[in-house]
Amino acid sequence: MYVAVKGGERAIDNAHAWLAEERRGDLGVAELSVAQIRAQLTLAVNRVMAEGSLFDPDLAALAIKQARGDLIEAIFLIRAYRTTLPRLGASCPVDTAKMAVIRRISATFKDLPGGQVLGPTFDYTHRLLDFKLAAEGEAIIAPTAPAAMEAVPHVMAMLDRDGMIEPEAFGNALPPDLTRAPLELPASRALRLQAITRGDEGFILSMAYSTQRGYGRTHAFVGELRIGVVAVEMDIPELGFAVEIGEIELTECETVNQFKGSKTEPPQFTRGYGLVFGQTERKAIAMSLVDRSLRWAELGEDYTGAPAQDEEFVLMHADNVQATGFLEHIKLPHYVDFQSELELVRRLRAEVFASREAAE
Amino acid sequence: MMQASPETETRDATVARKAWMGLLARAKPARLAVLVPELPAYALLRAPEIGAVMVQGRIGGSGQPFNLGEMTVTRCALRLGNGAVGHAHVQGRDKAHALRAAVIDALMQTDQADAMRAAVLKPLQAEETLRRSQRAAKAAATKVEFFTLVRGEDQ
Repeated sequence: MYVAVKGGERAIDNAHAWLAEERRGDLGVAELSVAQIRAQLTLAVNRVMAEGSLFDPDLAALAIKQARGDLIEAIFLIRAYRTTLPRLGASCPVDTAKMAVIRRISATFKDLPGGQVLGPTFDYTHRLLDFKLAAEGEAIIAPTAPAAMEAVPHVMAMLDRDGMIEPEAFGNALPPDLTRAPLELPASRALRLQAITRGDEGFILSMAYSTQRGYGRTHAFVGELRIGVVAVEMDIPELGFAVEIGEIELTECETVNQFKGSKTEPPQFTRGYGLVFGQTERKAIAMSLVDRSLRWAELGEDYTGAPAQDEEFVLMHADNVQATGFLEHIKLPHYVDFQSELELVRRLRAEVFASREAAE
Repeated sequence: MMQASPETETRDATVARKAWMGLLARAKPARLAVLVPELPAYALLRAPEIGAVMVQGRIGGSGQPFNLGEMTVTRCALRLGNGAVGHAHVQGRDKAHALRAAVIDALMQTDQADAMRAAVLKPLQAEETLRRSQRAAKAAATKVEFFTLVRGEDQ
C-alpha cells in the first residue's frame, strides 16, 4: 500500500539540479553533443532504438545523453515518448531479401551467391585496448572494391527450394500488437517475436545461451546473418497506393536447426528467426535461438521444463522497462506496509518470549 | 505506333510519383531546405503532424507479418493555388521536411515538373546513389575470397 505524503519538494528539486550538474560533469571537458552520440556511439543508439521499440536515431542519442549513458533509463525515456505519438498506421512488411547488405555471413555454406561479406565487425579483432583511440587520431578511410549493387538471395531460400527446411507459410494476417493489447498467453509466434525483438538484450542473450548449454536444445547453425538498410513502405489511403516513407537499418538472423521429423513432417531442418532494429547482431542471433526454443510445442518436441521453453517465463520477464519499474518501486516509500510488518514481527516475538517464560 | 492505354498511363504516373515521394521521404531535411529555399503559396489540408508508424517484418523473412517496432514519421497534405494536391509521409520528426516534400509532390503534378525534376529530384537522386554506392563499395572490400590449400590426398 502506498500513502501520499507531502513534503520533500525542495529536496527533490535540488536532487534534480545536482543530477543535471553531474550529467554535464567536469566543465573543463567539452560537452558531448547529441550528434556526436548519434555518429560515434551508434551501437548504443541502436540498442536504445531496438529496446525502446522506436526507430529514430536522433531521439535515441538524446535519450542516451539525458540518461547519462544508462541505456535502460534511455530505453525508458524512448518508451515514454512513443506513447505521446499518434499512430499513423502500419507499414507493409519489410522485404529483407532486398536489403542493401553491409554484412552478410553464413556458417552453413562457404560459397553462396553474393559471397560472405564481413562488414564493419568486431570479429577477428584481438580485443586488446587500442590506446591510439585515447589520443586524437586522423580519420580512417576504409578501402573500397567494385560493388554489384544488387540484392543477395536469402540462404534459407536455397534450402527451401530443395525441401530441406520447413517452408515458411507466406500470409498477410494482421499481427497482434502488444503495445495495443495486453500480452496474453499462449502467444502466437508473431506476438512472441514482437516481445523478443524489444526485449532486454542481456536477458535474451542469457536465455539463448542456456539453450546452448543444454536447458532445452536448439543446436542452431547460423544459416545467415545479414545487416543492412531496407526500405519501409506504407499504404496511403488518400493516394490508393503504397509509398516509401523512409529506410531503416536492420539485423536479421536465420538459424537452421535439427529436426527428426514427426508423424506428419519428414526429417528436415527447422527455423529460428531474429530481426532487430539497427546493427544488433548479438541480439538478433539470441532472438533466433529463443524463437526456435519456444516453438517446441508446434514441432511436437518434448517439454523438458527448461526456462527458454517456457513462454510465460521468457515473455513476461524479457522487458527491461517493466522489470525495472517493478524492481525499483520497492525503493519508494512503503512506510505503512513496513509499519504493519514491524508490528507483526514484534507481536510474534512477544508471543515466543512469553511462551518461553511460561515454560521456564 | 501503338497508343498507350489510359490504364498504362495511370500506372506509369503512379510509378513515377511513388519514386519521387520515396526520394523526398529519404532526403535529409537540411539538404531539401537548401534545394528548395522558397515555397509557393499553399493551403494546408493537413498541417504537418508527427506520429509513429508500426514497422512490420515477416516471420522467417518470408512468412506471416509481425510487429517489429515503430518509426517516427511526419505527414502533411496541402493544395497549391492552381489546385494541385501534394502529400508527404517522411521519416523523422521534421515538420518543414514534410511540408517541403508535399509542396514538391504537388509541383511535380503541374507544368513545373521538369524544373523541379532538374533542380531537386536529380541532385537528390545523384547524392543518394553516391551515398549508397560508397557503402556498397566498402562492403565489397570486406568480401571473403576463399582459397583452398592443396592437400596431400589431392595429389
